[in-house]
Order: sequence, then C-alpha cells, then structure tokens
Amino acid sequence: MLLFIEQCLNGLQFGLLLFLLAAGLTLVFGIMDLVNLAHGSLYMLGAYFAATFAAWTDSFVLGALLALAATLVVGMALEVVALRRLYGRDHLDHVLGTFGLILFFNELVRLVWGPAGMSLSLPMWLIPPVEILPGLFYPTYRIAIILTALLVALFLYVLVMRTRLGMLVRAGASNREMTGALGVNISLLYTLVFGLGAALAGLAGLMQAPILTVQIGMGENILILAFVVIIIGGIGSIRGAFIAAILVGLIDTIGRAFLPDLLRLVLSSRGASTVAPAMSSMMIYLLMAIVLVLRPEGLFPVSSK
Amino acid sequence: MTAALTPRNVVIAVLMLLLAAVPVYAAVTANTFLVTLFTRVIILGMAATSLNLILGYGGMVSFGHAVYLGIGGYAVGILAQEGASSGFVQWPVAILVSALFALLVGALSLRTRGVYFIMITLAFAQLVYYFGVGLDRYGADDGLTIGRRSQFAGLLNLSDRTQFYYLCLALLVVTIYLIARLVNSRFGMVIQGARSNDRRMRAIGFPTFRYRLTAFVIAGAICGLAGALLANHTGFISPATMHWTRSGDLIVMVVLGGMASSFGPLIGAVALLSLEEALPVLIRVSASPMFGDAAVRMAEYWQIVLGPLFLLVVLFARGGIDGLLAGVRRG
Amino acid sequence: MADPLLEIEALTKRFGGVIASDAISLCVPKGELHAIIGPNGAGKTTLIGQLAGEIAPDGGRIRFEGRDVTALSVDRRSQLGLARSFQITSLFLDFTALDNVALAVQAHAGHSFRFWRNARREVELRTPARAALARVGLAAREDVIVSNLSHGEHRQLEIAMALATTPRMLLLDEPMAGMGPDESARMVKTLRELKRGLTILLIEHDMEAVFALADRITVLVYGRIIASGPPEAIRANAEVRQAYLGEQEDRHG
Repeated sequence: MLLFIEQCLNGLQFGLLLFLLAAGLTLVFGIMDLVNLAHGSLYMLGAYFAATFAAWTDSFVLGALLALAATLVVGMALEVVALRRLYGRDHLDHVLGTFGLILFFNELVRLVWGPAGMSLSLPMWLIPPVEILPGLFYPTYRIAIILTALLVALFLYVLVMRTRLGMLVRAGASNREMTGALGVNISLLYTLVFGLGAALAGLAGLMQAPILTVQIGMGENILILAFVVIIIGGIGSIRGAFIAAILVGLIDTIGRAFLPDLLRLVLSSRGASTVAPAMSSMMIYLLMAIVLVLRPEGLFPVSSK
Repeated sequence: MTAALTPRNVVIAVLMLLLAAVPVYAAVTANTFLVTLFTRVIILGMAATSLNLILGYGGMVSFGHAVYLGIGGYAVGILAQEGASSGFVQWPVAILVSALFALLVGALSLRTRGVYFIMITLAFAQLVYYFGVGLDRYGADDGLTIGRRSQFAGLLNLSDRTQFYYLCLALLVVTIYLIARLVNSRFGMVIQGARSNDRRMRAIGFPTFRYRLTAFVIAGAICGLAGALLANHTGFISPATMHWTRSGDLIVMVVLGGMASSFGPLIGAVALLSLEEALPVLIRVSASPMFGDAAVRMAEYWQIVLGPLFLLVVLFARGGIDGLLAGVRRG
Repeated sequence: MADPLLEIEALTKRFGGVIASDAISLCVPKGELHAIIGPNGAGKTTLIGQLAGEIAPDGGRIRFEGRDVTALSVDRRSQLGLARSFQITSLFLDFTALDNVALAVQAHAGHSFRFWRNARREVELRTPARAALARVGLAAREDVIVSNLSHGEHRQLEIAMALATTPRMLLLDEPMAGMGPDESARMVKTLRELKRGLTILLIEHDMEAVFALADRITVLVYGRIIASGPPEAIRANAEVRQAYLGEQEDRHG
C-alpha cells in the first residue's frame, strides 16, 4: 500500500512536469495558433543551462534561476527571429519550420556542450527523504518539484481565470479582438507569451535534470507526451492540460511500476521488464484514442475561433 | 503530363536517367557506396511519394507516415525470423498489415481536423513505436537483424545489389505513374476537392470521409511496401525506423520537393539525402581556407545549417524545388 | 396546399441561451420561390444550415418529398436533390471554374471509386458542367482559376454548382450579398429563369429582388416566424413593417 502511494506521488510529480510543458504548448497554440515542435528543445535547453549555471555558481538554486531567465530570453529571441514569421500560416508550415529548429538546437547543444550528456547534482538539503506518512519516506526534491509545479499551476490559473488576457484566451479571441480589447502592442504580447511558454518548458527541463541525465534529444519523446496531454485535455485549455497531465503522469508511472509484476505472471521475468514500459507507454496512446473517439475535441474543448 | 521541353521536364528526365545510370557508373568506378546511397534515396522517395498522395493532394498532414516503413520492415523481419523468407509471402503481408493499420488510424483520425489530425497520426505512430520497443522476441529496442533477404524463387536475387536497385527503381516508377493516374481520376478529384474545401464537397453530395480514408489506406499500403524494401536494403529493422522524427523527414521530402507534384517527393528525397551527404563536405571545403583544420570539426555540425534551411523553404519556397522549376518557365 | 416539396415542422435550435430557431413550421410547395427575410441575427442562416444538414436541430422535423430527412447527413440530402449555396462564398479556389462545376456533376454521377480514367477528359462530366456554367452566364470563364474570378462571378458560380447537382430544390443563402447593382440585376435575371423549373428557398437582404421574385415570403425575427404570405400581404402587414420592413423601406427611400 505504501508502495502504491509512493508510486502515485511519483505519477503526480511526473504529471505536473508534463503539465509545465503542456501549458506552454497549449498557451502558444491557444493564443498564437502556432504548433511548436521545438518546445522540447527549450525543455532540453533549460536542463543544459541549469547544469552549466549550477556548476559555475556552485549553487543549485542560483543555477536554476539563471537557467529560467536564460530559457526565457532564448524563447523570446526565437520568437522574434523566426517563429513570428510563421503566425497565420498553415499548420504544416509550423510543423516543418519547427522541425528544422529541433535539428538546429540539437546540433547547437552538441556544439556548445559536446555529445556526452551532463548531470546536475542536488544540494545536500534536497536529498534526505522526509517521512510524509508513518513509514513512508519520500525524497525532498520530488516534494519540491510537486510544490513548485503546483505554484506555477496556481499562477497560470490566476492568469487565465482572473486577467483580461486570460478571458480573451478562454473566449478564443482573434488577434484583432485582442488588440482592441487590451489596447496593447500585440506583437510584444506574443513575444512575452512565447517567452513564458519557453520558461515553463525550461523549468520542466531543469527540474527533471537531477533525476535523469541531461542529454541531446531528451525533449523529443516527452514533447510527444505533452502533445498527447493537450489533445486529451482539449487544445488551448489550461485546465484540460492540468487534468490530462496528471492522468497521463499517473498512468505512465503506475504502469511502469506495477505492470512488470502483473506480466511476470504470464511472461519470463526478463520479458516482463522489457514489455512493461512499452505497454505502459502504449496505454497512454490508447487512452488518447479512446478520448478522441468519445470526444474528438478533447475533454475540455475551447470554443473554436 | 505533357512532354513539353520545359526546364522542369528536362530536370526530371535527367534525374531519371542519372538514377538509371547509377549502378553502371558504380560498376565502372567500383564505388558501391553510391548504389547503397541511391537505393536508400529511391526507397525513401517511394515512401515520400505515397505520403504526397494524402499530404500534397489530399491535404491530410499525417505526421506518422514512417510507421508504415516500420510495419513493412517488421513484416519482413519477423517472417524471416520465423522461417518464412519467401518474398511472395513477406511483401503482401507487409502491404496488407500496413493497409489495415492505416484503415484503423484513418478511421479514427479523419474524424478530426487541423492540428488534432497532425497530433493523432503522430500519437498512433508512437503507439506502434513503443509496441516495437516492447517486442522482446524480436529484438525490442535494439532491433532485429534480417539474415536472409526476401526470396523470390529464382526469379530475382535481392542479394545482388544491382538487381535490387533496379527492382526498387522500377517499383518507384510504377508508384509515381499509378499515383499520377489516380490523382487525375474521379477519385483523385474528390480527394483534391476535399483538400480545397471539404465542407463544400459534402454540400454538393460527396460522402468525403470514405474517399479520404481510401486514400489514406492506399498511401499506407504503398509505404508498407517501401518499408519491406528498406528492411531488405539494410538487412535490419528497429523501432528507430518509425521514430516520429523519421516521419518528419518524410514530410520534409514532400514539401522540399514540391507538394501535389508527381515527381516532387522523389526530387525532395534526392535533395534531402544528397544534402545530408554534401553539407559536411561543403562546410569543410568552404571553411578550410579560413579555419584550416578546424573546418573538419565544423563539418560535423552540418545539421546546424540543415535545420534552418527547412525554415527558409517554408518561408520562401513554399512550392518546393518543383515549384521553383515550374516557375523558371514563366519567369 | 398542393404537393408540398419541403415541410418543416416545429424546428427548434438553441445556441446556449439564444434561440436561433423557435418552433419554425413552414411548407414550400413544388415550383414555389419562397423567400425568407428578417433582420440580421434572425436565424436565417441557421435555418438553412439545418435544412442542408450541417446543423442538427434540437427538435422538430424536416420532410423532403414526404420523406423524413431530419437525421440524414449533408451529402445524403444533396443526393436526394436538396442543393444549397453559401452566403460566404465557398468554392474550390485553386480549381478552374469548370473543374468546380464538374465536381458537382461528378457528385451525382454514381460513386467516385474510379481510379484510372482522367476525370478532366470525361465528356459526361464536362458537358453538363459547361451547360450549368452557361446558365449562369459564366461560359466564357470556364478555364479561369476560381481565385482569379470577381466577387460577382463567385456568386454566379455558387449557383452554377448548386444547379449542376441536378437538384429538385435550391436553398440560396443571400446570393446577392456584396453585389453591385449591375451584378444584382443579372442575378435576378438568372433566378427568374431558374424559377421556372425549380423550387427555391431564398434568403436575401435585397428587398427589391425579394419582392420581384418571391411567390411567398416568410418573415423571421429572433428565430420566430412573425408573418408568412404573398408579397402584397407581407408589404401590408403592420407587424412586419414595424419589426423589420419599416427601416428597410426608409433606407430605400
């Protein structure tokens, strides 16, 4: 039972990370109607920046903050230099253009940081596990991830539910309507929104960095999961992304944790350990297929434009 | 398809002649690498041609087309491992399983539009990718080595590089011709009409779903055959063949070459794979006067040039190479 | 009423709290040109959408030639002979005018699982398509890519495509929207010719055209029918004048 609770917490933590990634994607899609495959590259950059800055400053927190700022800047620069030229073009153009950017960023990272991965080690104070329930010890760092991500989710909730920008986003407003209603420089607003999305991806990447190795292409498979999340949740919906992210995180983690034992009943032990991760990954896509059959616009469809 | 002597037709004719001459040139110069490279170009050109049917003509942005390369490849690999090495069994199975999977994916995804369609096709491809990763008996993540090429009972010997090359080239030409017929037929008019304005198609009385689904299945089946060829070519199949970035490559080929053009995807495959070979050389040669030995290292990072190139194609050459060639005549 | 072609019975549609169709009942006999008028937001396009099958009603029935078509898909209704034109031009912009109409012909010439013969060389598609183009006065423009045609020509082409489906009834959604006086006059002439052989449901803002063409007129306000009858009766109807026509008449001087 304790093991189950622990795995649920792991699932929650993974789901919240996915949410950070998905929130940026869905914001950028909801507001600028842009499909950004290079979002995973920003996640990767966040991790690389954090590993580098933490090494320079000798402080995890300082490194993380600098990495966050750096991904924000890279994101805004990317929007100004390249992506704003893709607004208003069809989705195929977005797919192709940002696919090219993935190659660019992967190679750039290889050029700057080299082909070998990096690792980011945690400061002492984040390492010891905490007893959160009698007999259940849980790593402090994972708790920190959960709390940070929840804070970000709260911030996004306030942004979307309580500000005029958020109301317009929820209403699926067009560019012209937005400019009229907000009276702001729309292209600056877009740059800021994109920067925010980039920073969220960077945050997800840097928080994941101490758990996994930091390596080239680390953003590619998780990006697809983030896409699955926003499809299940309904593209453009932050609330949908939140719920779907946690759902996907739980299924993935619990599947990985418990499927091997179940499969061992029918398969050899080695077979079970190869097949189980693949099966839990497949379960997510099956969930998506089922949601789409029942609700083609996702669980929380945003009113269309 | 008129036989006028336009720059575009000349380029296509020259390209086809060059492709036909590759094994001859390779035999003369004893350069087997060239045959290997262009066999790959031709097979991927065939896959891109099949994608063009739905992407270019049908407007369906399928982001999971490489999955059929994988399915076709695994059909060959798995059957070979289980002792069924006859091509008369392997290839029809490759085509049939691909078609069935396309039917399933199409039936679910064609109900949706726009970015949902892109993402769903992508997600189904990932599903199969992970299925491949979980195929413990067939090499899982590491893939499956195919010891014996598809057997055609004395008719053909696929282990012979040249025979295999010409077989691939013949199948490519047949594919291009069949699709060119198809898109100008009544059926082709329907899928092109649905690309242009699906709502209007239904208003004038077309149940477009079944036609689009049929096109989706045809494209999947052809790509499944390309997958069977690819597995024979490399003697190996692994989940990496159907990674989503491979699907991205196929889209790049179609757009780079020219959407909704008969030879566009082949031109795109030639261009992309040639670029992959030529860019490192180009960088090394152009950078060496200034950077000396460092140029060799710089050439390793050729993708830093290739990536932004895609963006430039999207922004400034939306018609692809074929569009540029067609424009030469007018300009 | 003799021989009703289209019968609408208590058709109801809500969008959130807004009632777009409020228990609309209407009967269009064969051969009639029936106009529906009403201020913006009266639910005219929503009504056409439900008749064509794009919008599912919340309640009520639609019968065409005595057959209940309420649950049929858009393409099935087209196959039965119910053709529509769109208020906002909806054409195949990257095709030629003739290709547009030929597609409409093809839709009603059996199934299209024909993979081999070049459809652009099929006489049985091209000839009727040319005839439909000629009927709306676009014969000389058949090889022009549609995106290069003028707005007025787009509207003509809309009609030609509806015609090419050999319909029993036309649903025309503001065929004269955005037209200049010359173009409008030509369209009125076209519609008058079509009227001879076809039953037409016409939505139009151009009151001159409506009163010149219609056999009967239905006035829709906030999704509800407030009057229905021959043009003279509608012109004389006090409620209509107050709700709608008054302002229009003023504008026309």
